[in-house]
Parts: sequence; C-alpha cells; structure tokens
Amino acid sequence: MMVGFISRNAWTLGLAAFLALLLIATKLIQPDFGVSGLDSVARAALPFALATLGMSIVIIAGGIDLSIGSTMAVASVTAAVLMQGRGDVASVGVVIFVLLVGLGIGAINGALIVITRVPDIVVTLATLFVLEGAAILILESPGGAIATWLRDLIVGGVTIPGFPDGLTNWIPKSLVVLLVSAGVIWMPISRSKLGLMLYAIGSDKLAAFRSGVPVSRTKIVSYALAGLFAALGGLAVTMSTGIGEPIPGPYLLASVAAAVLGGVSLTGGKGGLVGPILAVFILRLMRLDLTLLSVDPNATSIIEGTVMVVVVMFGGLIAVRGRKT
Amino acid sequence: MSIAMEEVSMLARVARFLKANPTVPLTILLLVLVGLLEALRPGIVNDRWVSNTIRFATPLAMLAACQTLTMLTGGIDLSVGVVATITGYVLATQAPLVGVPMATLIALIPALTIGLVNGFGVAICRVHPLIMTLGTGLIATGCLQVYQRAVIATGVQIPDLWVWFGSGRTGSFPNALFLFVPFAALIVLGQRRTGFGRLLYAIGSNERAARLSGVHPWQVYFLLYALSGLIAGLAGFLDLGLIKTASLSLAMPLVLPSVAAAVIGGTSIFGGRGGYGGTMIGALILTILGTLLTLLQMPEGARRMVFGLIILAVTALYARLTDQT
Repeated sequence: MMVGFISRNAWTLGLAAFLALLLIATKLIQPDFGVSGLDSVARAALPFALATLGMSIVIIAGGIDLSIGSTMAVASVTAAVLMQGRGDVASVGVVIFVLLVGLGIGAINGALIVITRVPDIVVTLATLFVLEGAAILILESPGGAIATWLRDLIVGGVTIPGFPDGLTNWIPKSLVVLLVSAGVIWMPISRSKLGLMLYAIGSDKLAAFRSGVPVSRTKIVSYALAGLFAALGGLAVTMSTGIGEPIPGPYLLASVAAAVLGGVSLTGGKGGLVGPILAVFILRLMRLDLTLLSVDPNATSIIEGTVMVVVVMFGGLIAVRGRKT
Repeated sequence: MSIAMEEVSMLARVARFLKANPTVPLTILLLVLVGLLEALRPGIVNDRWVSNTIRFATPLAMLAACQTLTMLTGGIDLSVGVVATITGYVLATQAPLVGVPMATLIALIPALTIGLVNGFGVAICRVHPLIMTLGTGLIATGCLQVYQRAVIATGVQIPDLWVWFGSGRTGSFPNALFLFVPFAALIVLGQRRTGFGRLLYAIGSNERAARLSGVHPWQVYFLLYALSGLIAGLAGFLDLGLIKTASLSLAMPLVLPSVAAAVIGGTSIFGGRGGYGGTMIGALILTILGTLLTLLQMPEGARRMVFGLIILAVTALYARLTDQT
C-alpha cells in the first residue's frame, strides 16, 4: 500500500523533496528568511500557480492554451477598472463577473477549436492577440484600483479565531487562497466522470469518442476551466499589485514549463495538479535564491528563462522516448 | 436541394481555384484596400506613398519569410522580433567601436546562435516550435537588456549603408528593393527548385512519409531554424536603417504582423502548403491596412484585435476549404 503510493507518485514526491531542499538552501543563503519571506514568495507565486493550474488542465485534456496570459490581463484590467471608486459590496459582484468573463473566454476558445477544426495552438494564438488588444482597449496603461478586502485576502498569515496566533500565523494567506480555489474547482471534477473524460480525451481522442465520451463538449469544458483559473490568476495579479496590468507577464511560458516540470505530459492524458503547484514554487524559489545571491535582475530572468526552456526540452525528450517504446 | 448542391460545387470550385492561385484573390484584396484608402483621403495614393509603403513593408516581408519557411514544416518562429532587434541594436552600438563590417559580423552571431538553439530544441528535443521560440525569445530579451547595460556609455552609429537601403530612394524607387528583390527571388526559387525547399513541403505535409523515404527531418529543422535566425538578423539591419534609432523594441511590433502576413498569404500554419509569393502580398496588405487603421484613428488595442481576428478567420476559412476538397 505504502510502496504503491510512493511508486505511483514518485515524481511528485521527488518535487516535494526538492522544494524542501530549496527552502533549506534559501534559509542558508539568507538566515533571516522566515515568515515574511515565505509570505512574499507565496504571494508572488499565486498568479503563476493559478495560470499553471489552468494550463495543466488543458494540457491533460490534450490541448494547449496560449491565450492564458492575455486572459489574465483582461481579467486583471476588468477587475481594476470596475472596482475603481466602488464599495466592498459592489466588488463582490465584480469578482463574480470577472470569473464569469474568464469562464466565457475559455469556453469561446474551446468552442472555436471545436467548430473551426483549426488546431488548438493556432486558435489560441489568434485569441491571444485579440485578448491582448482587448486588455489594452479596456485600460491603456497600468491603473485602476482594488477593494481593500481583496488586497488583505492575500497579505500576511492566517489567523483562525480560537487558535493561538503562533500556530497558524506562519501559513501565508495567499497559499490558502490558492489551495482553496484549486480544491473547490478541481476536487469535485477530478473525482467525477468529467475528470475521467478530461483524461480520456487527452490520452486518446478516438478511443474516448468510441467509448461514448462527448469529445467536443469535454474539450470546451477543459478550456472553460483554464479560462476560470486564468481569471483567478488575473485577479491575483490585481490583488498583489493593487492595479490592473494590461500587458501580461511571462505567464504563458512559465505555466507550460511548470506544468511540464510538474509531471504533466505535453502529449496529454498524464499528470495531476499537485506536481505543477510544487513546480511553480520551485521555480519561484529559484528566482528568489538568485536574487538573494545578488545576481543582476536581468541575468536572473535569463537564468530563469533558460531553466524553463531546458525543462520544456527535457519534457519533449521524455515524450519522444515514451512514444518510441 | 439542387441549389444546395450547386452551392457546394461552387464552393469546391472556388476552393480549388484558391488553392491553385492564392495570389489572385489577395491581389484583388490589395487593390480594394488601396481604393478604399484613396476614397477616404483622395490624392493620398501617389509615387511617394507607394515607395513609403514598400519601404515599411520590406522588413515585415523579410520577417514573414521566416514564418513562411517555418510554417511550411508546421512550425513558427516567434523569436524573430527579438533577433531582428538584437542585430539592429548590436550593429548600431558596435559600429563606433569596431567599424561597420566587423560590427555586422558580430551582430549576426547572436542571430545564428538563437537560430541554432531553436533548431536544437525543435529538431532534437521535439519541443513545439512555438514554445521553443517563445522561450529563446524571452532569454534573448534578457540578454539584450544586460548587453544594453554594458554598452550604455558607447555611442550609437547607424551605418550609412543600411540607412541607404532602409530609407533611401533612387528617383521614386525605394532602395530597399535592391536588397529585397534578390532576397525574394532566392526564397521563391529556393522553396520551389532546391532539394531543401522541397523537403520543407515534404516534412510539412507528412513527416512520417518523409522519414520513411529516407529524409532525416532533424537535419532539415536544424538548418531551417538557423536560416530563419539569419534572415531575421538581416531584416533587423534593414529595419535599423528604416527606423534610424537603436531601440530595444526596434522590430518587436513586427512579430505579430509577420505571422499574420504569412497566414493571409495562404501559407498553411499546419504545414505543407503555401509559399512566399502570397506572403509578400500579405505583408503589403497588412502595411496598407495599418495605414488605413491609423487614418481611421483606431487605437493600438483595436489594431491587435483586428490582426488576431484576421488570423482566426483566414485559418478557419482555409481549414474549411481544404476539408471539402
């Protein structure tokens, strides 16, 4: 039982061990690294992690969503523009609206792929441009505002009434936000028939179709889920910076790299969501360590980019090997 | 019933015609756009306007050559914008230090390097070209920023030769054509008449069949992406002569249109179909469309949306047409 669990999750456990090593390394480089350091890492990782979750689901279902960064930008600016000068009550409505927009964008992506029969990569490349333009139209330069309760939602540690502060305070709130949103959305799906169908169309579309899986509908759902996570990611960007960002960060490459590093196969049908989350934190901590070692910030982005490309290249090599045997 | 049948056969006939002569409807579209421009602003279409349009379309058409060649094998090269920017910037900053001929050689080194790395990733690791070139582009952007920091004190010199090529005119004849006409002839002849060109089509239409016929696709990919890097580098020189300032975003805005130009020109993003003839007209169409959008005071965001929608519409149309024949 125990051995089976370990061998089934060898890659994820390896990632967890590597993450622990990185945390120790960070502590060695910077002896001051503690609760506040952990908090800022978790907060910086939040948008990346949410983007990676969305990307992983699409890749598991045999697709790829290049528009994920632009969807995040649209969500970020929409939230920031709508929340400017509004109260807390209205902001709840805005959050729901933004999430629905994300869901809708994803569903449109999926529907376009199904209807036009153009490959995923081309359709989402086109929508990447369209959404990029839309984000700039909504908000030309970074600006807007965010409700204070949303900002507070991801700053600092968790406090649970009735528990002593010291016991829970070291857990960053942003990590809880991540785990809760991932859990609420993915847990019920992964345990239901839908989850099985997502894996089925990813590993063999034809076999899935012949087993009675509604391939087109499942594909649209996978993209809608990616859009939902992207919207959450965009909200997270606005939550951590306080403003809307019309120009998306390097989320596309980072999310693909983290998904691959997290054990999701680019050919589809394989992997889970725990590995990718661990991978995001590994990539973020690496970046932090480089900064702490006072490496030039531009050089840091070169190293980070190289790591991501190398990861994707290894993922590709492994996929090639897998296909041959 | 019979009407429907007739429609189908009409569509099929149109499809066959489009497949055989993709440049005919494109030329019509080009003329329509010119007519529209003339109608909006009478007198705008004259010698000077034609030569200006050609000047601005030339670097775009060269970058679109990279997209055309890579798309023939089912790939894409998103690093061309960064490559062109790097070669332009390095040439302008190295020219005062080591002289123009030496600076030209130095500037081509990063172009070739990026091309080779792309080739390695695509050929050996089988990473999707889009992800690979996006990644190398990101790394290269970081390198460019580090480089900029290093040469910030040295002066900038825009070589006269490239100003002559990029901006100069002989009578009402843009000098850019002295470079572009031989270049285009080489590409068009190369893709139709040489073994390498035919291999691109062969691999793009059916890689397995090509491999079984004794082709080593990895050699072709390697050469192709290296070539794409060099072409992008050359386009960077020309763009430098056109823009006449060494900036870190010299050719970046051309990436998206270069993809669009190739797609509009009838090159299939799925590989195996298309050619450079259509791409050149595509580049002209996009340049004129740009003028038109500027004339209509369309904001940047809307412009990106238009480009994205064009890519989507055209690929969907081609997919539909080729499905039926």
